[in-house]
Amino acid sequence: MNDQGLGSYFKFSNVDWGNMVTSTWETLWLTIVSMIVVAILGIALGLLLFETTDSHNPLVRLLNWVVALFVNVFRSIPFIILIVLLLPITQKLVGTIIGPRAALPSLIISAAPFYARMVELAFHELDHGVVEAAESMGATRWQIIRKVLLPESMPALVSGITVTTISLIGYTAMAGAIGAGGLGNLAYQDGFQSNNNAITLVATVIIVIIVFIFQFLGDLAVKHIDKRA
Amino acid sequence: MIEFKDVTKTFETKQGTVHAVQDVNLSIEDGHIYGIVGYSGAGKSTLVRMLNGLETPTSGSVDIDGVEITGLTGTKLREQRHKIGMIFQHFNLLWSRTVLQNIMFPLEIAGQSKADAQKKAEHLADLVGLAGREQAYPSELSGGQKQRVGIARALANDPQILLSDEATSALDPQTTDEVLDLLLDINKKLNLTIVLITHEMHVIRKIADHVAVMEDGKIVEQGPVLEVFKRPKQAVTKRFVNEEVTPSLHDTTAVVEQLVAKYPKGTIVQLTFHGDQAKLPIVSEMLKQYGNLDLNIIEGNIHQTQEGAIGSLYIQITGDPADIDGALAYLQKLRVETEVLNRE
Repeated sequence: MNDQGLGSYFKFSNVDWGNMVTSTWETLWLTIVSMIVVAILGIALGLLLFETTDSHNPLVRLLNWVVALFVNVFRSIPFIILIVLLLPITQKLVGTIIGPRAALPSLIISAAPFYARMVELAFHELDHGVVEAAESMGATRWQIIRKVLLPESMPALVSGITVTTISLIGYTAMAGAIGAGGLGNLAYQDGFQSNNNAITLVATVIIVIIVFIFQFLGDLAVKHIDKRA
Repeated sequence: MIEFKDVTKTFETKQGTVHAVQDVNLSIEDGHIYGIVGYSGAGKSTLVRMLNGLETPTSGSVDIDGVEITGLTGTKLREQRHKIGMIFQHFNLLWSRTVLQNIMFPLEIAGQSKADAQKKAEHLADLVGLAGREQAYPSELSGGQKQRVGIARALANDPQILLSDEATSALDPQTTDEVLDLLLDINKKLNLTIVLITHEMHVIRKIADHVAVMEDGKIVEQGPVLEVFKRPKQAVTKRFVNEEVTPSLHDTTAVVEQLVAKYPKGTIVQLTFHGDQAKLPIVSEMLKQYGNLDLNIIEGNIHQTQEGAIGSLYIQITGDPADIDGALAYLQKLRVETEVLNRE
């Protein structure tokens, strides 16, 4: 029913705008929910990695080894394979393997280790003298985490979550292609499979705009937080 | 009262055992400013960090007012640390906090209410001369101002002891003097014991009343500052003192060589004055007594220390050898130290 010339990209009369809006919201929902969970989980894992590095206690060393292994393994699995691999777990956890909610476990499990490494790196790059100063004042480990490590590395944590979120947006499109809904789903099914290039183009433009908005917000936040310069 | 008893600290490294601190015995009285001087790697940093438990000795004990710091752990150690302030070479301020919030930081750690902490911090900002800069971030301050924040922060929990780890080494000479004046002022106002480590004898001379010289983990010389300046015994101490008293020793040597070439008949003498002698017209008295002598001043300087002045003067005397001997004897009678550098 459609010719596949370049002109096909601009047959906007074929675009179902209601569907487009729904899909945009699905993508945004997926991105934001997974971003929040990834931020919390990533900071927790990153802290765990940081605090258990170079310990003399063999149990702590074992914990560090296990967490590092978990992080490295899940960071290495290509996302599209991870989704398939996690299908049974997703079924158990969410009750379905179709729709936006079903994409959450694999999105989170692939992005959280990635972010955890960034968090660990951010803590390692802090000036050790500041931590020593807090120790000399009699701060507890928890006070050092809460009042020194987190606030002092905040710009790196925020720019890290920005980068992670942008790759999350890419992942949501991939997840969409195999049934998770959102703009990826729309571009693949209604666009590619139905030979409707205008839908693919519009979905792409919206995704690019979403990426730009997240990058802009991230940069703005870093600029606001960073008092070093 | 701080007491180090037979303190030794060794580190195991791949290259073998390193003795960072060896058999140190040291007592520091309350209210004193005690300087520990040494080149980098001498062990002075490790030694002072034992006072707040950032380092633990391998053997020996460290006592503050009868409490053995070495044995403290957990809550007890943290409570002890509240009573010891510390300032650092690179300030170690939190860049994410304002001046006021940085000063409040140790108060928050000690569990004070925010209102109390803020009141205290405002008072301290005033004390260290930062009134009006409370809302600035560290990145907006000069090095000297940053160290003032460091000092205010170290004083927040009303410590009995202030540890200063090369606190002025990253500052220019003018700012160094301002910060040292502030430390001296605080020492007098709050009767605070200050233990400072430095590699600059200038810092010791300006504010310390006692000094210990460290080399290779050992204290090689200790005593009142003027005493050590007057009669340095160890080679390392002499090096430190010379660096300070005659910063341009090389220039002087060159000048002496030139003068020797020019006036082969002269006698070149280094005179060292201590305390009140530096204020008396000793040289002019000498000239009145031995009117046939000619005198040429090559170089001279006077340094003020906490316990009096130290002066050093290089002169060339020409004239009758008997008169010269008489003049030198006259100076020695007035307890001016003389050292004849060359004699025809």
